[in-house]
Amino acid sequence: MALLEVTALTKRFSQLRALDGVDLTVRAGTFHGLIGPNGSGKSTLLKAIAGAHAPTSGTIRFDGVDITAAPPFERARAGLSLKFQITSVLPELSIYDNVLLALQSREGLSSLISSRTRRILDGGVMTALDRFRLAGRADDLAGELSHGQQQWLEIALALASRPKLLLLDEPTGGMSPEERRVTGELLRPIRSECTLVIVEHDIDFIKNLCDCLTVLDQGRVLDEGSVEQIEHSTKVQEVYTSRV
Amino acid sequence: MPAPQSVACNGSSPKRSGQRRPRRMLPLIEVAVLAVMVAAPIVLNNRPELITLITNIVILSLLAISFDLCWGFSGIMTFGQALFFGVPGYVIALVGRDLGLSDIWLTIPLAMLAGLLLAFVVALFLLVGRRPTPIFIALGTLTGSYAAERLVSGWQYVGAGNGLSAVKLLQMGSYEFVEGPEFYSLACVILLAVYLGARALVGSQLGLVLAGMRQNEERLAFLGYRVQIFKVLVFSLAGMISGVAGALYSYHQGFIGPGNMGPGLSTQAVIYCLLGGSGTLIGPVIGTAVIEILTYVLADIESIRQFWPVFLGLVLLGIILFQPSGILGMVVSTRERIGSYGLRRKGTERQG
Repeated sequence: MALLEVTALTKRFSQLRALDGVDLTVRAGTFHGLIGPNGSGKSTLLKAIAGAHAPTSGTIRFDGVDITAAPPFERARAGLSLKFQITSVLPELSIYDNVLLALQSREGLSSLISSRTRRILDGGVMTALDRFRLAGRADDLAGELSHGQQQWLEIALALASRPKLLLLDEPTGGMSPEERRVTGELLRPIRSECTLVIVEHDIDFIKNLCDCLTVLDQGRVLDEGSVEQIEHSTKVQEVYTSRV
Repeated sequence: MPAPQSVACNGSSPKRSGQRRPRRMLPLIEVAVLAVMVAAPIVLNNRPELITLITNIVILSLLAISFDLCWGFSGIMTFGQALFFGVPGYVIALVGRDLGLSDIWLTIPLAMLAGLLLAFVVALFLLVGRRPTPIFIALGTLTGSYAAERLVSGWQYVGAGNGLSAVKLLQMGSYEFVEGPEFYSLACVILLAVYLGARALVGSQLGLVLAGMRQNEERLAFLGYRVQIFKVLVFSLAGMISGVAGALYSYHQGFIGPGNMGPGLSTQAVIYCLLGGSGTLIGPVIGTAVIEILTYVLADIESIRQFWPVFLGLVLLGIILFQPSGILGMVVSTRERIGSYGLRRKGTERQG
């Protein structure tokens, strides 16, 4: 069953067509990779799905509902969660408070004012931090973390609200090989919890993680299929050998 | 080879072991300010003009706190906070003049409601929308404040440029609050109530949302927060606090004029807050005291009084350039100012 259906999505920035009639279907329970050369439109597509960019034309349906015009907070509440390419943790808040903020995002105003759920959410915060190996630094400021740890915190924030679909934009960007390996280990178990769409430049990383891949080039879908199919795709090989 | 960071963050962070939690300064400063507030009328009992001065400081502190809630805690830059001070001030003056009403249980809630509703309407115009920029909000509030001042200046019903004088005295039953220690005590009780309410608000889970909103509004939207609602809420509450201040000012001075809702007083609220230290609540009280005492002391010197607005402008510029965290920034750490919202746990040091 399709959890996400993107149809004929186009996004123009002035004269530049960042996305040009992109179709994408993501089935529930899968890990779906988006790859392509620099400037192929991967991040733009992810941002359009999450609501950071309003598409010029086309439709986005999530869980059977048209969300093309929905603002980001509505998409998030519907179960879409985005990890930005550039880490956007809240640096002046503690690591604990970053996760608490993500976890309490579904609470009502009266609950927030009376701090009714602060104790209740404590276990959830620590579980999320444990999972991403940050529990020992719960009281440190998020801005004090290394780049790799900030990426993990960012994934923890995106996962905290128990999304149906997690969108990860280059989760291993700027990480050491060892941190990339650990990130893969951290991401694999979330298969049982949500569907994943991931943009990544590290082909080996994405091959080991994803069930199917969509290859973008110049804002269009170049090819789509299982990892094996894409590995043997002559169209993809041409693009990668000629431009990468 | 395992990543050093991964190893380090599996258990308690080694760099934290043996690290002493810095002393929390804000509670000490709050107690000190409270002590000064209590002692002041006793010490100054023989100087009515100084009782008037400290009453003014308490009233204007409310205005400064309302600005701090907007800017210091929520990142909403308002250059028109006096609008929500002056209009309720006029409302209670008119209610006293035309209806003969000045009972505290009626007029103070009325002023709160006037400030709240006016701020709510302004917030709907300025804060609700796809992505209103900070400069749009700052200029919008400034324009609102200026336009209201001009409007009132030419409106005879509300006294035009002369404002409304001989405002009816504030009453509690048959008791009338005249200028002096009693009025000061009343203003202090209201300031204390507002302060405790504001402290509870910014320390709650809602306060965490505000702290996040101030740092990265877009991130909060992607976490599922409808940021505009929180902005409208805080802005309206700040308007309500300004409304109380405006009413108290009107009763205390016996006068309210166009200048009490204009850009001049709005900018003063910004200076009070930034000088004392924004995002601390107590900083604006200290900033108000410093500016108002300086104004009082220097008011008799003609050559200085002439250039006083220029001096205040330079103070604002100096703070922004050299000490953006204000006076309290010298003794209160950023960590303490922002605070922590999680629970303290065994073996984990918490700060702020």
